Formats: sequence, structure tokens, C-alpha cells
Amino acid sequence: MAKIKNPSIAAMEEEIYRKADEQMSEQELFTFAKFDESEVERTGYSNYSYWGSTFRAFARNKTAMFLISVVVLLVIFTFIQPMLPNQVSAFQVNNNPETGLPYRNLLPGTEVRLMEGRSHTFILGTNSIGQDLWSGIWAGTRTSLFIGVVVACIEAIVGILIGILWGYVRKLDFFFTELYNVLDNIPVTIVLILVAYILPAGISTLILAMSLTGWIGMARFIRNFILIIRDREYNLASRCLGTKTSKIIFKNLLPYLVSIIMLRMALSIPANIGYEVFITYIGLGLPATVASLGNLINVGRSMMLSPSLRYQLIYPTVLLSIVTISFYVVGNAFSDAADPKSHV
Amino acid sequence: MLLYIGKRLLRALVTLVIIMTIVFVLMRQMPIEGYFPNYDKMSRAQIENGLHQMGLDQPMPVQLWRMFKGLVQGDLGTSRVYRNNVPVTKILAPKIPISIKLGSMAILVSLIFGLPMGTLMARYKGKFFDHLGTGFIVFIQAVPAAVYFLFIQLYGTEVLKIQLLFDVKNWKTWILPVLSMSLGNIAYYAMWLRRYMVDESSKDYVQLAKIKGLSQNKIMFRHIFRNAFVPMVQYLPTSFLNTVIGSIYIESLYSIPGMGGLLVDVIKRQDNTMVQVIVLLFATVGIIGLILGDVAMVILDPRISFGSRKGGR
Repeated sequence: MAKIKNPSIAAMEEEIYRKADEQMSEQELFTFAKFDESEVERTGYSNYSYWGSTFRAFARNKTAMFLISVVVLLVIFTFIQPMLPNQVSAFQVNNNPETGLPYRNLLPGTEVRLMEGRSHTFILGTNSIGQDLWSGIWAGTRTSLFIGVVVACIEAIVGILIGILWGYVRKLDFFFTELYNVLDNIPVTIVLILVAYILPAGISTLILAMSLTGWIGMARFIRNFILIIRDREYNLASRCLGTKTSKIIFKNLLPYLVSIIMLRMALSIPANIGYEVFITYIGLGLPATVASLGNLINVGRSMMLSPSLRYQLIYPTVLLSIVTISFYVVGNAFSDAADPKSHV
Repeated sequence: MLLYIGKRLLRALVTLVIIMTIVFVLMRQMPIEGYFPNYDKMSRAQIENGLHQMGLDQPMPVQLWRMFKGLVQGDLGTSRVYRNNVPVTKILAPKIPISIKLGSMAILVSLIFGLPMGTLMARYKGKFFDHLGTGFIVFIQAVPAAVYFLFIQLYGTEVLKIQLLFDVKNWKTWILPVLSMSLGNIAYYAMWLRRYMVDESSKDYVQLAKIKGLSQNKIMFRHIFRNAFVPMVQYLPTSFLNTVIGSIYIESLYSIPGMGGLLVDVIKRQDNTMVQVIVLLFATVGIIGLILGDVAMVILDPRISFGSRKGGR
């Protein structure tokens, strides 16, 4: 070592002493600490419960609590909306009883007479073939949320399984890494088209097609974390004591990953919903007879050029954004809360 | 290090061959109807003749061998559907520069805005600017790109008073596509840089620098930024190359004659040669991006080395 810069070290020490002084007075530093009999008797018992602390930590985040209630209300509303009075089905083409022509592109809030003779207010107007946009949006949200949640669950299950094998079993690492390099470079479009060609178009086909490629990212994510914690001392100790591999995985590794897996799942729901919009855009999505946010946005897109009809694009996108942002923020907050390091 | 890169490249070659084979086999599973626009009206003989012309009546290994032989000899094949009997290279030649120009601009913009944003967010952690930036990042990441791209196009063209579609000669029409392409990257860079810088700022050397009495700005820019930038570097080549390849969505929104929408288009129209060449191009770019990322990290951070020769120093 070359010369030590004395002045800076001295300055450093001074700084440390100054800091210490701020907290305790000189006198306090040199008096005996109190001896408390009851403190000695205290043992290591704590009534700590992981999930309890997680939920308490989560409940402290007001934004997340607000948004999760938004999500819950939205989901409940998508189911009760068709049962409310004065609703028309999302697919019903509403005709003018006098002319027999459909009510095309009615502006939001227009009140008209329906075929059955009753009058009806189209809260969000109608689309270009006379279907109610209000019911369409709720039916679409239901479909899109369903797709998003199911795909996220499949991705998580398959991804976690493969990710653990990939990360934990050394012999498989090379194989899976190469497999990943290959699969990651096969265009998703080919898979989507082939699946669409083999199976009839519909929600289950789309879910299958999306999960076929979606698990790869999750598996790699899990693998990277498993690699980091695989050889930590506590796992080494378990292995030396002869713990079964399955027990190490389920008791040592997975609990450590809960918060990360939850975060990844919560983020994959909005991502999948957005992906559905994209797939519909390139023409491989759900058939037009299924209401989904992707279909609605795609139809709305064609109305973009006429400013008065832009509501058909704006309402679905606004609802879509509310859903995705809520999931995103809630997911982040939950993962923060699920991290045991943040529990005090 | 050269040895390591050589090994990586060799493995990449094997990966490429496997990818090409799989894509090739997958494309051959496509329905025969897709090859002929007027399939219903054609006779059996016509169909067989057509298949023969395309070489699709041969057994799969023979077709595969033919493709690889062509690739090795530098013959990428000719397009059949997209533009009949035109060599693929000729179709791609005018498209690639446009995508590269757009992509480079987008990356430049994202670096210019993303890195300072991340640094400032870390510098003023927990203050107003941090919250503002986090709001922006959450918005960009949570709202599907498909949605905000539309609104940028919708209102951006109104504000700038330009036409909806892209025109190579009119520089104003470049603004919105570049903006749309860079927004995602800005959020991404800012988010990770902030994360790394915040992680870094609790380390011992920062404590030491603080105790030494360095100013907050000096610590942030001279010490933390340099260390936090190392893990970022790994992503840069990949994100650069991905952006250069072009975005399907943006290019088709503005009808930019680039590479982006091409792949989806030719897959749907079952132009097998085009699909093969584009997949080859994209896969090569992706793998090279990964290798470049690792190399850049080693160059920037002398503490990291490619495992094989430990203790060589």
C-alpha cells in the first residue's frame, strides 16, 4: 500500500465522533447501563405469522388498498352488470322500430326507442353496427380479465416447475439454456397461426396459444433466482444434513421466492391483457363474436379518423388502462409487503 | 477472452441451425390452401404442379438440406408471395436502413432522457421528482403499448398538424414514431438505473465517501453512477438491436416501410423463404446482442471475468 492520506482519515474520525456525540451525551456514554431482571427472562418467542404480517404491511399502503378495491368492484360489476335492469346484451343489434335500420354510431347518452317498445338510453353509445358499447365494454373486460388471469396462472405453474428444475439440477442447466435460446427466437406469430389453424378460434385456443410461449420468461426468471440462493449456507446445511431435495425446494427455496413470484404474476396479468389487444391487432385474436377489450379497441381504432366517433376507442382504452394500472400497482405493493425483510 | 467469444459464437451457430430447422418444420405444417389464393377453383394437377414448383412435394429432409445448402452458399432464396420471384435480399435492402435509422434515433432519445431521469430519481429518492418519475414509469409499463401508441398518433398528429402516416422525406413525420418507440425504453432505463443506484448507495464505499465529506452530487455522479451503470450495460446491446429491428406495431400504425411488420405479414401469407430469412436475421441479432452485452460488461468492469481462466491476472 502506498501512503495513507492522514488528513482525510482524521477528518473521517472526527466525523464519526461528531455523529456519536449527537446521539449520546458524554456522560451517558460512561455510565453503566441499567440491569433489568424481566429483560433477562424474555425468551425468543414471537407470534410472528408470515401472511398476517404481509397483509398488515399491505393494508398500510393506501394507494394499493384503494386500487385493489377498484379491481374487486370492477370484477364484481362485470358479473352483475348483465343482471341489472334495463340492459341490452352486448351482441344484440339494436334496430329502430320505425325504419327497421340499426342504430349506428349513436353518441353516448342518446335515448331512443327499441324494438320491444321501451325506451333505452345508451350510456356509452353504440358501435357501427348498432351494438350497445356499455354492455360490450363490461363483457369485454370480463373476457380479457379471465384470459389474463388464467394465462398468468398457467405461466406461473409451468414456469415455476421448469424454472426450479433448470436452476436446481446442474446437469439440466445446459440443456434448458439452449432450449431457451431456441424457443425464445421462434416467432410467436408462427405458433399463434399454427394453433389457430389446428384448433377452432375461441377463448381456450387463445389461452393455449398465449401460454405455449408465455412460460419461458417465467421459467428463466425463477431459474435466475434459484441460482442465486441455491448454494446459500442454509441450503448447504440442509443438504449436508440429508434433507430430501423436494423438501429443500418446497421449504427452503420456494418460500424465499413468494414475493417475486407474486410480483411477476401480478405484472403478467396486465401484460397478457395488453398482449391480447396486440394479437387482435395483427388479426390473430378472438373472433368478432366474442366481446373482448382487444376486439373493442380494434373496432374503435377504425373510428379514429372521425373525431365525433372517437368515444368508441376512448372508453374501452380508459377501462383497460384502469384495470392494468390497478393490477400493476397492487402487484408491486403486494410484493413489497410479502418481502419478510420489510416486516418489523 | 477471444477464446470465450469464439466458443460463444460456435454455440450460437448451433442454436441458429436448430432454430432454423424448427421454424422450417413449423412452416411446413401450414395448410396447403394458404399457398394458393384461389385454392377452391384449382384442379388437383394444378395444385401438384404448384407444389412442385415451390419444391414442397419433396420429403422434408431434402427441402431442409436444400435450404441450408443455399444459406451456406449465400443464397437467401427468392420471395414467392410477398413479391413474386424477387430475391429476398432485394426486398429487405431498402427496408433495413429505415428501421436502423428509426431505431438508432429512438435509442438515442431514450438514453438522453432515460439515464438522467433514473439518476435524478435516485438522487431525490422519496421526493417529488421521484414520485413523478415513478408515476410515469408505472403508466408506461402498465398501460398496454398498443393503447398509448394510438393516442400519441391520434393527438400528436393533430398538435403537430401533420398527416397520420409516415413519409421518409418529411422530417416532422419522424417525430411521433421515434417518440413512441423511445417511451418504453425511457421508462425501462430509468427504472433499472434508479433501482441499481439506490441499491448501490447503501454500500460501504458510498458511506466512506459521505464520511469523507464529498458532496452529494459528486458521490452520485462520480461513484454511484459508474457502478450502477455496469449491470445496465448488459441490456443495452439487446435493447438497441431490438429497437433497430423495428416495432411491428409502430411501423404498421404509421405504415413505415421498415422491417417491423414484415415478419407477421409474411408468416400470414406463408411466404416460406421470407419467413426463414427474417427469422434468421432476428435470431442472429438477438444472440449477438446477448454476447455483446456480456462482452461490454467485462470491458467496463474489470472485476468481472469470463469464468474459465481464473487467477490469470
